[in-house]
Amino acid sequence: MVVAALAESITHAAAGAALDIEQVSHAFDIDGAELPVLDDVSISVEPGEFVALLGPSGCGKSTLLRLVAGLDKPRSGTLREDENRIKSPHPSRVVVFQDPTLFPWRSVWDNVALGLEAQGILRSQRHHVDAALDLVGLASFRNAYPHQLSGGMAQRVALARALVNDPKILILDEPLGKLDSLTRITMQAELVSLWQRKGFTTLLVTHDAEEALVLANRVIVFSDRPARVKADIRVDRPYPRHRGDPYLADLRRQILGLLGLDATW
Amino acid sequence: MSTYSLSDGLASGAPGVSRAPLLAIWVRESGVGILASVAWIGFGLSCLWWEDVGDWSRTHSLGIAAFIVAAVALFGTVGADYLGSAGRGLRKRAPWLVALGAFLTLWEVATAKFAWLPLPFFPPPQSIIEVYTDDLPKLLDSVFASVKLQLGGYLIGATIGFLTGVSIGWSRAVGYWVHPVLRFIGPLPATAWLPIAFFTFPSSWSASTFLIALATCFPVTVLTWSGVASVSNAYYDVARTLGAKPSFLVLKVAIPAALPHVFVGLFMGLGSSFAVLVVAEMIGVKAGLGWYLQWAQGWAAYANMYAALIVMSLLCSGAITLLFAIRDRLLVWQKGTVKW
Ligand SMILES: Nc1ncnc2c1ncn2[C@@H]1O[C@H](COP(=O)(O)OP(=O)(O)OP(=O)(O)O)[C@@H](O)[C@H]1O
Ligand SMILES: [Mg+2]
Repeated sequence: MVVAALAESITHAAAGAALDIEQVSHAFDIDGAELPVLDDVSISVEPGEFVALLGPSGCGKSTLLRLVAGLDKPRSGTLREDENRIKSPHPSRVVVFQDPTLFPWRSVWDNVALGLEAQGILRSQRHHVDAALDLVGLASFRNAYPHQLSGGMAQRVALARALVNDPKILILDEPLGKLDSLTRITMQAELVSLWQRKGFTTLLVTHDAEEALVLANRVIVFSDRPARVKADIRVDRPYPRHRGDPYLADLRRQILGLLGLDATW
Repeated sequence: MSTYSLSDGLASGAPGVSRAPLLAIWVRESGVGILASVAWIGFGLSCLWWEDVGDWSRTHSLGIAAFIVAAVALFGTVGADYLGSAGRGLRKRAPWLVALGAFLTLWEVATAKFAWLPLPFFPPPQSIIEVYTDDLPKLLDSVFASVKLQLGGYLIGATIGFLTGVSIGWSRAVGYWVHPVLRFIGPLPATAWLPIAFFTFPSSWSASTFLIALATCFPVTVLTWSGVASVSNAYYDVARTLGAKPSFLVLKVAIPAALPHVFVGLFMGLGSSFAVLVVAEMIGVKAGLGWYLQWAQGWAAYANMYAALIVMSLLCSGAITLLFAIRDRLLVWQKGTVKW
């Protein structure tokens, strides 16, 4: 399988890193008014854990991911990767943004190669790029430009661009949001399989409670803005998981209840 | 033949009526070519039929050349299907050939034959041909001088403009110092520097190079700067999380993203530098097409002026075509028609 090809092609095994989010609060200034977005968020993630983040739209999930990536600094609190304070972006923490943001002037292949090129190791690792493109099923589009891709294909390229860097922490902001349900299920399976082989720590933001439960060890539910941790749920089920599993269905009802949807579901 | 497939598609349901459309299509596709041929025969005849009112040596050759064009137009368009892309191109341009032939006929008759237009000021086509054949060395020298001056100045100006634009767009400190200078000096037409430049620079050639570079520099700087400044932060975020260093952000993110703007600047710079080139050649440099124009005017050699103008316009439009070709090549990712 393609996943096996990618796993084999990567020689230096990168195990996951621990992630500690300690009492992080953040706010934005909008027209002079202060908009609190994160309120005293503490999450401690074990190395190799798969954590899903769920919460209402606009509550601050993407903001938290930007802090983890090191793109912004929190107003207060600290973030650590394996005891080291996160101060700036580092390729050990790779982000797949909500918007694919492919570089329109680069072909698909060159987009996927971006991280390796930026770190100056592309020459020796070209085969990783090919393997990552195979993984997302876009090998035949390697020379296409982003404007020639569909929204779902662009998201898959963005995923490949992240995976090729062999991250210790993979940060995913609704990476499968624009995919059709069939591709989505395939990609979920590939993601789990890849995560199991490589052992990176994963942080996944999603709107879909079912997706969270099929993929993650742990589901964290946020409150409305400013985001606070409302619930931290362990999902102790072996993989591959079954969508119809009554245990998961039960958790799903519980989570939807936390998100304020109990009456209808 | 392509006409068959066309008519097949049109008349697939009614085979009985396919003959009439076939003829109609043939007339439509070749009719203009025949018309073009007629127009050029007309031009040839107008050259040879009447006596010239003046003394021009190329009238006879021009007439013969017109007949040759007429023959090419006729056989080229009628037989376009056997000539591949050349035939298709000719067919597409046939209406222009008609217009050109008619215009030349009118011009010939109005000047060389009946002198309806006052003569020294409106030379006939054959006298312009005469310039190209008899005054060729001087004209070529001028072309060479102009191209050399323009190319040198333009390349210097474009390079400086591009580097300045990137630096202002990238670094706040550079922007702080350069921006006010740019605002103060930039909008000034480069030709306003002409008198100063010609006595401060060691040679008129270096002065003109400076002026052309100056005229190019301003639009290139401003557009490059705005291009770099408008690059979306999302691109930088992606690159930074993937381990990009500042040099990578400039060279592989900011510059490629700004390139469409840069080309607009290069295009505008080209336009304004042409203007400076001609003025500089007329006033200071004793070479080039601008100087040739000036010289021709001094001798009341109007045919030479028209001849030089035609060459000049071909050069300028050629330069712009070249710039656009480079742009299309570099910005292939922008177009929706790329095949892979
Ligand atoms: N750069 C910014 N400047 C000002 N306000 C911002 C900025 N980024 C985000 N916000 C605000 O912070 C809040 C949280 O945004 P965020 O993108 O983190 O939400 P989210 O939980 O990811 O939502 P969604 O699920 O819809 O993606 C929003 O109200 C948004 O308006
Ligand atoms: Mg978001």
